[in-house]
Amino acid sequence: MTRWAMVADLRRCVGCQTCTAACKHANATPPGVQWRRVLDMEFGSYPDVQRAFVPVGCQHCDEPPCRDVCPTQATKKRADGIVTIDYDACIGCAYCAVACPYQARYKTERATFAYGRASAHEAKRHDEARLAVATKCTFCVERIDAGTAQGLVPGIDPEATPACVNACIADALAFGDLDDAHSNVSRLLAENRHFRMHEELGTGPGFHYLWGGAEVAA
Amino acid sequence: MKAIKKAKRPPAPAYGPQPWLQQHWDARAALNFMAGGAGSGLVVAAAVAAAPPWLAALGALAVAAGLLAVWAEIGRPLRALNVLRHARRSWMTREALAAIVLLAAVAAWVSTGQPSMPHAAFAALAAVAFIVCQARILNAAKGIPAWREPLLAPLILATALAEGAGAALLLLAPTAAHAAAAPAAAATPSVVLGWGLVFATLLRGLLGYGWHARLKVPRAQRKTFARTGMLFNLLSGLAVCFALVALASPLPAGLAAPALGAAGALALAGGAWFKFALITRLAFNQGFAISCLPVRGVPHVSPGGPHASPHASAHASPHPASHPLPQASPSVSVSPSITRHAAPR
Repeated sequence: MTRWAMVADLRRCVGCQTCTAACKHANATPPGVQWRRVLDMEFGSYPDVQRAFVPVGCQHCDEPPCRDVCPTQATKKRADGIVTIDYDACIGCAYCAVACPYQARYKTERATFAYGRASAHEAKRHDEARLAVATKCTFCVERIDAGTAQGLVPGIDPEATPACVNACIADALAFGDLDDAHSNVSRLLAENRHFRMHEELGTGPGFHYLWGGAEVAA
Repeated sequence: MKAIKKAKRPPAPAYGPQPWLQQHWDARAALNFMAGGAGSGLVVAAAVAAAPPWLAALGALAVAAGLLAVWAEIGRPLRALNVLRHARRSWMTREALAAIVLLAAVAAWVSTGQPSMPHAAFAALAAVAFIVCQARILNAAKGIPAWREPLLAPLILATALAEGAGAALLLLAPTAAHAAAAPAAAATPSVVLGWGLVFATLLRGLLGYGWHARLKVPRAQRKTFARTGMLFNLLSGLAVCFALVALASPLPAGLAAPALGAAGALALAGGAWFKFALITRLAFNQGFAISCLPVRGVPHVSPGGPHASPHASAHASPHPASHPLPQASPSVSVSPSITRHAAPR
């Protein structure tokens, strides 16, 4: 079996938002919609302040609340763990958006463009099917499927890897198969201390955050 | 100096650790819960009190109006029938199915033209199923702490029953024949409904208290919750007072019916306010939270001297226990020390 998952190393992320830009470029999301975004958090008070940059987005949960609440079965979870949306079945009730504890879902009522009118490239990539329905990070599922069909390895071969991971300048994002004990993400999780966000809700997020190294764990 | 008048705008969502109000469901969704709860409660009340079936018909109309309101909110209304495709897991699908059964049951009951027991009982069961579905819709929304609290489901059910009794009393109040034939002590529909209203309103008050107590409302939201609760309690309290005065004091029949009607209106208003607020004012998400801070670089020394700062010592500490942030029900307990966060670019 395969379980695609994302690993974000909080020690490496510098908050440059290159992943955010790459996601917008790869998926042509409209203004205000960020399937991948990086939060800038500060903890403590002067002079003892610590800062963390936290990439967030759809966590592709083991038990996705969005799938359970969706009345149309537009939201589904594939065998490889990727949570998908069928835009042609979605009725845009936004129930999934209020059910998601990670605020990963968006609904855009009408077409919007960066500068009012659609530029040439925006017009070319505009997709009516994504209006008034729920949208979210897909883990660039088309790239993964096309890549694996060619025998490429997602997370290793860029052609089969999500755009945000490819773009990361700090090597903070990693993508791979959790069910493969020798994969890059399995190795990262084995060698580092990590957590998942809002884990107490039982959603089983497929997005892991590294925060400390093995020497800390020792 | 010319005063600058600030335009009133809804607060923009701040995508960070601090919770913000959900932006997806508005008053139209709230109307579904308000009208759906009161309408199905009215069907139950009409069945229990052996009231005329036209009351149940009005209840069914309210349910239909609520569904119409939510239909006006969805992004792709022409695909509305897709809502029926996920009965295995989705409470929204089950709500739609329950609504169909409820409307059919009430239609069958009304067609008999009298308080027919089997028809009324079946309609009441369908109405209870509809309310349960609505309550579980909110419970299943894990993104909103106020909704996913398990006590909300019985609270919604009790609220619907109080609203139903209230609506029935309000609708029966102007009926001249009813007023004339309603001495407070007689076991008329109004008396049954009156005591039902008292019981359900007190129950919803208790459940509301428990629900609120279990929520552990973050400091920033306490004022909003308090204001909402104050109005809800005031309306509920007045409803109980009016009902008790009408039921337990020797009021003449001509005064008892209006008093019960007023109690019904107050109970109805209290329930409607609670559900409106629940959807549009109290539906805060939990923001984002990290349970551990990243450990980066090498230990650093505070500029003022050789002693490491608290955070620096945490960096250098061999004890991992000093690194994790206080565990959370999430950001709320984690975030008080957060001073700033960036909105998405």
